[in-house]
Amino acid sequence: MTTRDITLIALFAALTAVMAVFPPIALPILPVPITAQSLGVMLAGGVLGAKRGGLAILLLLVLVAIGLPLLSGGRGGLSVFFGPTAGFLLGWLVAAFVIGWMTEKYWDGLSFVSATLICVVGGIGVLYAIGIPGISLMAGVPISKAFMGSVTFIPGDIVKALVAAAVMVTVKKSYPIIGQAA
Amino acid sequence: MLTDLYIPGDSLLHRARPAWKLAILFLYCTALFVVTHPVVLTLGLLLVALGYGAAGLSPRDAFTAIRPALFVLVIIFAAQLWLAGLSMAVYVTLRLMALLLAAALVTYTTRASEFTEGIMALLSRAPAWVPKDKIALAMSLVWRFIPLIRAQFDEVREAQRARGLERNMLALLVPLVVRTLKTADEVAEAITARSLD
Repeated sequence: MTTRDITLIALFAALTAVMAVFPPIALPILPVPITAQSLGVMLAGGVLGAKRGGLAILLLLVLVAIGLPLLSGGRGGLSVFFGPTAGFLLGWLVAAFVIGWMTEKYWDGLSFVSATLICVVGGIGVLYAIGIPGISLMAGVPISKAFMGSVTFIPGDIVKALVAAAVMVTVKKSYPIIGQAA
Repeated sequence: MLTDLYIPGDSLLHRARPAWKLAILFLYCTALFVVTHPVVLTLGLLLVALGYGAAGLSPRDAFTAIRPALFVLVIIFAAQLWLAGLSMAVYVTLRLMALLLAAALVTYTTRASEFTEGIMALLSRAPAWVPKDKIALAMSLVWRFIPLIRAQFDEVREAQRARGLERNMLALLVPLVVRTLKTADEVAEAITARSLD
C-alpha cells in the first residue's frame, strides 16, 4: 500500500458518500426511486480493484458507524447496522471486493458487456445473497419471502450496473488505475 | 461541513465511554435475539425509553431514529401478519424498533470524534503488523475529501446543467470519477513531497 493507494481509498470512500446526494434516477415503471449510492460500490471495485475498492467501502462504513449521516436519505449512525437491511451494508463490502477481483481478472479484454456482467454478478448477485438472509434473520421471515420483497429493487440495480459498466470502460481508457503496478 | 448525528447533552450516557456504550449495545441486542420472550422485549423497550429520558432526548428524536426504516418495518409487519398472525407481527416489529432505538441512542450521545479517538487509541496498542499510520492517514484524509468531492460534484453539475445534461448520470459520473483520480495523484504527490511516506 503506497500513499497513493491510501489516497485513492479515502477518495472513493468520499465519492461513494457524496453519491448519496446525486439526483435519484426515476424509472417510470418503478414505485421506488433509485439512489445512486450503490453505484459507488460498483465503481469502487471496478475502478480501484478488489483490495483498494473493498477498503474504500469499509472506510465509508466506519464513518457511518461512528455517526456521520452519509448514506442516502441522510441515514447514518449505528442504527443502520442494527436495522432490517443491515445485511446489504455488509453486502456492499463483499460486492466491492468481488467486483474488483473480477475486474482485475478480466482487465485486459474489459468491454462494456463484460463490465456489465461483472457488476450484475457482484453488485446484484453477491449483494442480494448477503442482504436477503440478513432481512430474513432480522425480520424473522423465510428467505423466499424476503427475496420477494427485494425483487422490486432489481430493475433499478440493473440500470446501475449498466451505468457503472459504462463508467468503468471509459475510465479504463482515460485514466486506468488497475493496470498499473499496484 | 461534515456534521455527525450527536445531540449535545451532559447526561450520564453522554459522559460514558464509547467502548462501554458499544459493549452494552451488543449485549442488549444479543439478549433480545437469544431470549424470545415478551417479558424480555417489554423490559428491553422500557430500558430504551429510560435511556432516552435519562439522556434528555425527546420522543421526536426517537421517531427520527426509526423514520428511515419505517417503510421496511411496515412491510415486515404485513408479511408477519400474513405468515404468522398478529402477535408475532407485533413482536418482531417491536423488537426491530427496540434495536434501532438502542443503536441510535448510542449514536445520539457519542460524538464522532470520541469514536475516532477510541479507534486511534486501539490502533496505538495494535500489534506491529497492523499498518497503523496508514489507517490513521486514511481516516484523516476522508474527513477532508468529503467536502472536497461534494464541491467538485457541484461544479460538474453546474457545467452539465449549462449543457442540459444535469440529469444524465454518465455525464455527471465520468468527469467526477476522473477528477477524483487526478486529485488522488496530486494529494499523494503532495504527501510524498513532505516525506510523510
